Amino acid sequence: MTQKETKTENKQEEELRIGAFICECGINIAGAVDCYAVADYISTLPNVTTSVVNKYTCSDAGQAEIKKAIKDLNLNRVLVASCTPKTHEPIFRACVEEAGVNPYLFEFVNIREHCSWIHMWEKEDATEKAKELVRMGVARAALLEPLESSEVPVTDAALVIGAGVTGMQAALDIADMGHKVYLVEQGPSIGGKMAQLDKTFPTNDCSICILGPKMVEVARNKNIEIMSYSEVVEVDGYVGNFKAKIKHKPRYLDINECTGCGLCTEKCPVEVPYTEFNEGIGARKAIYTPFPQAVPLRALVDKSICIDCGACIKACERGAIDMDQKETFSELDIGVIVVTAGFDVYDPEPKNEFGFGLYDNVITTMEFERLINASGPTMGKVVRPSDVKPPKRIGFVQCVGSRDKNSHIYCSSFCCMASLKNAQLLKEKYPDTEVYIMYMDMRTPFRMYEEYYNRARNMGIRFIRGRPAEVTENEDHNIIARIEDTLTNEIVNLELDLMVLSVGAVAPESTETVRQILKVSKAADGFMMEAHPKLKPVDTTLDGIFIGGMTQGPKDIPYSISQGSACAARATRFLAQGKALTEGITTKVDKDICVGCGVCVPMCPFQALSLENDKLKILTALCKGCGTCVAACPTGALEQSHFKNEQLLAQVKNVFAYGEV
Amino acid sequence: MTDLNLNFEPNILTFCCNWCSYAGADLAGVSRLQYPTNNRIVRVMCSSRIEPTFILEAFKEGADGVLITGCHIGDCHYIEGNEHTDERMKDMVNALERMGLGERLHLEWVSAAEGKKFQETMINFVDKIKALGPSPLEHKRVE
Ligand SMILES: Cc1cc2nc3c(=O)[nH]c(=O)nc-3n(C[C@H](O)[C@H](O)[C@H](O)COP(=O)(O)OP(=O)(O)OC[C@H]3O[C@@H](n4cnc5c(N)ncnc54)[C@H](O)[C@@H]3O)c2cc1C
Ligand code: SF4
Ligand code: SF4
Ligand code: FES
Repeated sequence: MTQKETKTENKQEEELRIGAFICECGINIAGAVDCYAVADYISTLPNVTTSVVNKYTCSDAGQAEIKKAIKDLNLNRVLVASCTPKTHEPIFRACVEEAGVNPYLFEFVNIREHCSWIHMWEKEDATEKAKELVRMGVARAALLEPLESSEVPVTDAALVIGAGVTGMQAALDIADMGHKVYLVEQGPSIGGKMAQLDKTFPTNDCSICILGPKMVEVARNKNIEIMSYSEVVEVDGYVGNFKAKIKHKPRYLDINECTGCGLCTEKCPVEVPYTEFNEGIGARKAIYTPFPQAVPLRALVDKSICIDCGACIKACERGAIDMDQKETFSELDIGVIVVTAGFDVYDPEPKNEFGFGLYDNVITTMEFERLINASGPTMGKVVRPSDVKPPKRIGFVQCVGSRDKNSHIYCSSFCCMASLKNAQLLKEKYPDTEVYIMYMDMRTPFRMYEEYYNRARNMGIRFIRGRPAEVTENEDHNIIARIEDTLTNEIVNLELDLMVLSVGAVAPESTETVRQILKVSKAADGFMMEAHPKLKPVDTTLDGIFIGGMTQGPKDIPYSISQGSACAARATRFLAQGKALTEGITTKVDKDICVGCGVCVPMCPFQALSLENDKLKILTALCKGCGTCVAACPTGALEQSHFKNEQLLAQVKNVFAYGEV
Repeated sequence: MTDLNLNFEPNILTFCCNWCSYAGADLAGVSRLQYPTNNRIVRVMCSSRIEPTFILEAFKEGADGVLITGCHIGDCHYIEGNEHTDERMKDMVNALERMGLGERLHLEWVSAAEGKKFQETMINFVDKIKALGPSPLEHKRVE
């Protein structure tokens, strides 16, 4: 991160030779900005050696043109006016560097997102604006100084947050490439939501039968350390050198002694009519294992209901139980972070949507998955809550909490298929049952999905295009759904024994905490946001932090697993190379000007600043180059490289100075 | 004089932080959300880098309005940089008030997902400055 001062001085003496490349981006820019007029105008500005228009500056041909101009015309500054630095700055920096120009002597001007695309029908004004934007860039380019980005070593370990199917896949792939993985899961077992599902579309294979072996594989992998019932509470540092603090919640037993035998559970006298794993249905004891296939298969105590009778302590042959256990913490050094913290299903209860919470026989798809599951609370027998009788008429309501301007406008994408699945399973198990799907649109893209839909139709499942406008309950606790079928324009009054709400996915609160700890951006739908919707679907804008699966937005299992693997590949690039480049942008102090007032010291969010012998001392390795301290210094002793006062003021001074420069 | 005001196209300078509001401006572009051409953007790493001098200089150079944008509180890439921005801009508005410029500085948090908010902020700010008329400062504006 050291600035090459001598080189800077040399450069200053050197004649400035700026090359400006104006990109048409096909018609994306040229459609609203007269690029030739911009190039002509720019060529009249001081220090500009050449100013040309390219069809696509970022293409091979465009980059070759930049490199050739650097060589032929001896350019020492390069400006590209095109799209956004957020995606293309690294590309052009690398390009000029290959031709021997320091990457920080490259200046980027955005005339697409910030001009042609927002002024599509104002060609004249857009062209004038583009000229001004480029003129600001030229002024700044003249004052740029070379910087070196520094190479930092990378700690050979990954942190994966959330052990659903996505996180498990990411952990397995990173581990199989030979790197250490800490897999942190907030719940008592790994597996995520997929462990709760009955069958999985589009093949209808049993979910836990395909997930269970994967869970065991994760546990057996020597490179993976599972930290279950644990949470990330703090993360510091930067790519290659993160420090994470993990909180281990007390299970009130020694996880190394417990074998998950269940003797304690048998003896425990306290029972609650509630189970997390079965979506509330069924009952469990105060000491319990989460579910039969849990990994790790270890018990935990629910202290909120435990009466401290000591029955379990007597029952445990291994003396594993420790009712005084406290939460503990570990500090991890890691190089990269993968966030796969998943989703929650939408909760229709607060607004009693479609009678949910009012009528017993309205349930969610997640509850249905547990009901029809052979190892679920009813051993797979589908019964309705009000009288525990098998329902003969069942209806699924689609898009609950999705595609609804009163809750979430996005499509949750998996719920059409999930209802098609559950409808088919019902028909297979109970052929006499009448099964209805009430929908707005059935959405079934991807391989075998449309075929799956056709299969459901052929099985006699009835589709009604429309969602209940009114839901009531009769004296038999049957549900009456009043629907306008928008295909036939008829009002249908459907009497159902059980109605299942196909709830969508929402971003959970637990992941919001992690998001804020890591400073990952949030998308409009509340899920975490990727660096680029097409080109960088699992990267974040933060180096070394990746997101996958439901954390990044609603998706099904195949898509989630693909993203898990993608995260692993993206993250392992750093681990495999053992080094990463960090930004060259940092802050330095001019000790001759600094008066040691200390105003800046508490400003730094990263504790990079301290006073030493009445002068400021900067720990450059900690500085992230935000510039907070620079703006606070009353004497002007601080300077942020690449965003020096004179560089920024050059832009400000050239904004409105039309006609003069 | 009045019709000159009607034709008045204000000069707006906007500072964006690299992480949220610049990306929000990008999203407005990607979504083709149209807004007036009056605005020019200067990018800094964090909104907390913005010094009073930059703002004063902008007004001196002919800005009729200056817009400061950054990440929402809690989302700053540098943890609490924008909290300093918030404080400093309050002081700055007070200082500008004495020069009759108080209403011409505006602070807005815009996330990377809020392209629409960026557009709306821009439209509203341009309207507001249009209503206020040209900056009272003598500056270098040509014609
Ligand atoms: C009713 C229903 C039926 C479905 N049926 C199918 C189907 O048949 N086929 C199909 O392909 N898809 C189906 N899906 C979708 C499928 O469930 C998801 O695609 C899949 O579970 C996503 O996995 P994930 O690992 O990304 O998230 P999750 O399964 O949610 O896993 C995330 C994990 O992260 C943990 N976590 C969260 N926050 C933190 C934190 N702060 N710290 C540590 N750990 C944390 C959670 O406890 C959880 O274990 C269905 C979904 C529903 C709701
Ligand atoms: S406050 Fe100053 S020293 Fe601290 S990270 Fe920001 S620029 Fe670096
Ligand atoms: S604020 Fe400026 S003068 Fe005061 S200690 Fe920091 S660098 Fe030195
Ligand atoms: S990074 Fe956006 S305000 Fe600090």
